[in-house]
Amino acid sequence: MALLQLRKLVKSYVDPEGQRSVVVDVAGFEMNAGEHVALSGESGTGKTTLLHMIAGIVRPDSGSVEFDGQDLSQLGESGRDRVRATGMGTIFQTFNLLQGFTCLENVLLGMHFGHGANRDRARTLLSRVGLESRLHHYPRQLSTGQQQRVAVARALAGKPKLVLADEPTGNLDHANSLEALRLIREVCGENNASLLLVSHDREVLSRFDRVQQLGEINRAAH
Amino acid sequence: MNIFLIVLKSLRQHSLSTAITAASIALAGGLLMAVWVVKEQSHQAFTQNNAGFDAVLGARSSKLQLVLNSIFHVEESPGNMPWNDYLEIRNNPNVETAVAIAVGDNYRGYRLVGVTPNLFTQVEYAPGKRFQVRPPGRLFDPALREAVVGSFAAERLGLRYGDTFHPFHGLNFNEKEQHPEIYVVVGIMKPSNTPADRVIWIPLEGTQKMSGHDERAAEDVSAALVKLRGSGQAGFRLDMFYNKQGNRLTFAWPVGRIMAQMFDKISWFDRVLAMVSYLVAVVAAGSILASIYNSMNERKRDIAILRALGARRLTVFSMILLEAATIAALGMAAGFAVYAGITLAAAELIRAQTGVVLSPFSFNTVMLWAPAGMIGLAALAGLVPALKAYRTPVAENLAPLS
Repeated sequence: MALLQLRKLVKSYVDPEGQRSVVVDVAGFEMNAGEHVALSGESGTGKTTLLHMIAGIVRPDSGSVEFDGQDLSQLGESGRDRVRATGMGTIFQTFNLLQGFTCLENVLLGMHFGHGANRDRARTLLSRVGLESRLHHYPRQLSTGQQQRVAVARALAGKPKLVLADEPTGNLDHANSLEALRLIREVCGENNASLLLVSHDREVLSRFDRVQQLGEINRAAH
Repeated sequence: MNIFLIVLKSLRQHSLSTAITAASIALAGGLLMAVWVVKEQSHQAFTQNNAGFDAVLGARSSKLQLVLNSIFHVEESPGNMPWNDYLEIRNNPNVETAVAIAVGDNYRGYRLVGVTPNLFTQVEYAPGKRFQVRPPGRLFDPALREAVVGSFAAERLGLRYGDTFHPFHGLNFNEKEQHPEIYVVVGIMKPSNTPADRVIWIPLEGTQKMSGHDERAAEDVSAALVKLRGSGQAGFRLDMFYNKQGNRLTFAWPVGRIMAQMFDKISWFDRVLAMVSYLVAVVAAGSILASIYNSMNERKRDIAILRALGARRLTVFSMILLEAATIAALGMAAGFAVYAGITLAAAELIRAQTGVVLSPFSFNTVMLWAPAGMIGLAALAGLVPALKAYRTPVAENLAPLS
């Protein structure tokens, strides 16, 4: 059974001129539990909106997002919050770490709204990503690569079934980018999490067995 | 990690505005509690503290002036009454004790009060408590120029056992008005926490026959302090006799009710003070609203991140309310220091002016309802920014991802 199924998913926005424009129009897409899939697409092809709909942050105009047997489009906002808190983790391009919280606290926050904070697990994850000596550092005290690793640990903290990664290597140099990708895939694998990663970096895409061109599934991208 | 810790982190991030806002709450809460406690305690102290007397008999005047002058040793004397009037009330079967006093002199601003020795031997200023002199002192000899100094007056004047001093004429200190007589301090009183503590007690005859005083009034007294015998019927009978049937003297009875009437007359002032305190509290709550609301723009991204991590709208709403309430709680904690400062200063002032001692640190229910009310008001003020947090769109406020 597929972990994630998108059916006839449409999202449009009204631009400042009052014109309605469709940014996502996906007829169908599926991925299985444990699968690592890369979505390839250039800027402006609706990648972020699509990921937001999968995460339940944005509600589609029509169509369905079925995650782990639940149709998110049928759930209320708090239901979608709950699914996001317990079943999904997100790695952002700009990491989106909370600056007032230490590394450990950022990872604990990744669990807090789901199954509850577990300090031991947070420490273990941070050790796994090589930050055992940076637990009580604030994001501003870390290098870009280290911040990325905190974001990876946070995304995995709540034992998600699916990790959404939006251009996770976009802010890293080539060497760090490949290292970060290796780490993300390894940690997802160790935690039995599926990975849906969006990137337009050919080097990154070449590391995936399954690469889905966003232009092929999103008719609005043409 | 819990919601309270998240709130504390947020407060730490905005520590300057948190501190300023909490300080305004501290001022408001401290002021409110201080006004309340000083008002209640002074009302209680002045209406229940009668220094052991039920009534005062003196020259025809207002009852309040008689009580203030004779019991609390403030205000001018309304005039004298003949010694025979004192003897008459002392021997009245309705009277248990009558103490004659004569005023008219001071020592550096503290009143000299001539008094009959029975103040120290017959009067209980509180049940089971009599005015006492510290060892090695003793009570003055009525025939000599000797003085027993109240504890507060002695402390302020630096008078000690064996010291001597010249009295000054009048109730207000004027160094040109010095009397030639020399008085010897033969005793310092133990503190009684009554107006007697700020008085220098001398023999009645000492005041009556002080040089420069009107010789025609040498047998007069300023007032008689009266302890009634039995129930209120005694007071009622004397009230009829002196106030209704007579027109020469005033019988001020009961002391507590007369003081309560005074407080009733100035109750508008209490209400104004309370109103000012409430307004300050509302302004302080407004400052919480403004402080948090103004920071909402910079917090939008943090709120969006929390929502992306699975926080519900209601959770971020609650966090802002909790933040407002926490600022108020911190402010009220500091407010107790402000309260202590104001009440200690007020208590010292009241003690210096009247001898009445307040207890700033005794419990009052305002110490419960004022913090609770302030926290509730702050939470109410937090509703506006909390609503803004509740409505923060997630997708728009996450940093651009692609």
